[in-house]
Amino acid sequence: MIMFISRLGILAAFLGFWEFASGRLIQKYLISTPSDIAATFWEWLLDGRIFFHAGITAIEAIAGFLLGAFVGMTIGLILGRAEKLAELLNPFIMAFYSIPKIALAPLFIIWFGIGIEMKILLTATIVFFLVFLNTYTGVRSVSQELVNIMRLMGANERDVMRKVVLPSAIVWVFTGLRLSVPYAMIGAIVGEMIAANRGLGYLLSHASSQFNTAGVFAALVAIITMSVLMNTGVSLLARISMPWEKAKQKREISI
Amino acid sequence: MQAEKVDQMVARSAAPHTEAKPELVRFDAVSKSFGALQAVRDVSLSVREGEFLTLVGPSGCGKSTLLNMTAGLFAPTEGTVTYGGVPVEPYNQKVGYMTQSDHLLHWRTVARNIAVPLEIAKLSRGEIRDRVDELLDLVGLTGFGDHYPSELSGGMRKRCALARLLAYDPETLLFDEPFAALDAQLRLKMQMEIRRIVAQLNKTVLFVTHDLDEAVALADRCVVFSGRPGTISEVLDIPLPRERDLFSIRHNAQYVQLTARLWDEMAPSAAAGEN
Ligand SMILES: Nc1ncnc2c1ncn2[C@@H]1O[C@H](COP(=O)(O)OP(=O)(O)O)[C@@H](O)[C@H]1O
Ligand SMILES: [Mg+2]
Repeated sequence: MIMFISRLGILAAFLGFWEFASGRLIQKYLISTPSDIAATFWEWLLDGRIFFHAGITAIEAIAGFLLGAFVGMTIGLILGRAEKLAELLNPFIMAFYSIPKIALAPLFIIWFGIGIEMKILLTATIVFFLVFLNTYTGVRSVSQELVNIMRLMGANERDVMRKVVLPSAIVWVFTGLRLSVPYAMIGAIVGEMIAANRGLGYLLSHASSQFNTAGVFAALVAIITMSVLMNTGVSLLARISMPWEKAKQKREISI
Repeated sequence: MQAEKVDQMVARSAAPHTEAKPELVRFDAVSKSFGALQAVRDVSLSVREGEFLTLVGPSGCGKSTLLNMTAGLFAPTEGTVTYGGVPVEPYNQKVGYMTQSDHLLHWRTVARNIAVPLEIAKLSRGEIRDRVDELLDLVGLTGFGDHYPSELSGGMRKRCALARLLAYDPETLLFDEPFAALDAQLRLKMQMEIRRIVAQLNKTVLFVTHDLDEAVALADRCVVFSGRPGTISEVLDIPLPRERDLFSIRHNAQYVQLTARLWDEMAPSAAAGEN
């Protein structure tokens, strides 16, 4: 509680100083003011503009996120269990991984046009690698001794996968998913900034091109809000899927 | 001089309860190499049904390797390992394996951990519930079924792993230094439990340890290994009663003599084994 109040205090002090400094210490067209930003945001809320653009961005980010996560998990699980195949493909995967994925945007525009598909696929490509690498690591970290013990109990490959590999990889999968949230936003927003006439990224670059600093900040506030919501969603999902983690935390506190 | 006396005693009362039983596991001139490294050399050994065998020796002398071959995880480089008269194939499902690490599935509760082999055997939900309750009772974990492993103490985790091991009723139990990480008091308690449960369920046991007291206290027969590559230097019959109180056994004269003899046996190889 004290923590919460302190944080609120810090935020208020920051906003207060910003309001004061704008036009006095720093020119107003550079940093706008919190009150102007709030006014712009309010206006966008009233005319529904923010919902329209945020909706587009949310669809891109979430669809790309789900697609990338699904493919990443699947391939991570398969390669994690197929050691030889993983070794064979390793240099290709690493070469592909080392490309800054945003640099693929121009190519994706040629391939998929400037519609929503291009942003979804760009986002999915970025998310794929994070989820894939984490899932792969999770599968590889499963103890061979444990797998042997299961085998002696009569488990077949499917039992091993379902009872051991998947559940022990899930912690890693969620690490990958959590890391992916801001990158999913990057994929969607940058895609929109490069080529689009809708979405939060468009709103952002449009405001910027008109030197509407308050508009730029208002768009950023919307982006931050969406990121936080997505993060919360993933954390919630993690908590539901991994009830045993709660037992662990309780133990840590109790010692 | 003292050793001779023990020998005589051993000869007189050599483990009568296993004498008539048929042979279950047999190592025939078994050697195992990992690349250039020979881990085990020319081991021949016969384990009878219902026998509690301990394997003792300095670390790195191939004790775990022998267990792995019994389970079919490794094939011997030379010689044969047979189980019930048949050469061991990969994943010998007649055995259950318990190692120093308990390998519980930390995302499952105690009851659901014990249920794993039962799920694999495709038992019905009701059957699983009944069997799990029975096992919880057997290992003294009644009331802890809904806890996660992370909420348990080290000893309780061992009990849970033991219950899971017993759940699918393997004929032979392989233990690889299962209690090495426990403190002395807890270890004694678990040793007593193991003896009680194994006698009750009439299991055959191969129990690896580097603790000489443990090797004598638990065993019907104790196999002493030496060196690298590991070879059997001696097989000791332990003429202690089948029903034994591991707590008071420390004062038993036979027990004291046997452990003393093991100490003498192991001392030179321990001194040489430093490398
Ligand atoms: N899977 C393996 N691959 C290579 N070397 C191994 C393997 N398992 C055991 N060894 C080697 O074989 C020797 C005996 O090991 P181990 O059977 O574990 O001994 P112990 O259990 O008696 O301590 C050691 O030198 C060990 O390094
Ligand atoms: Mg070992």
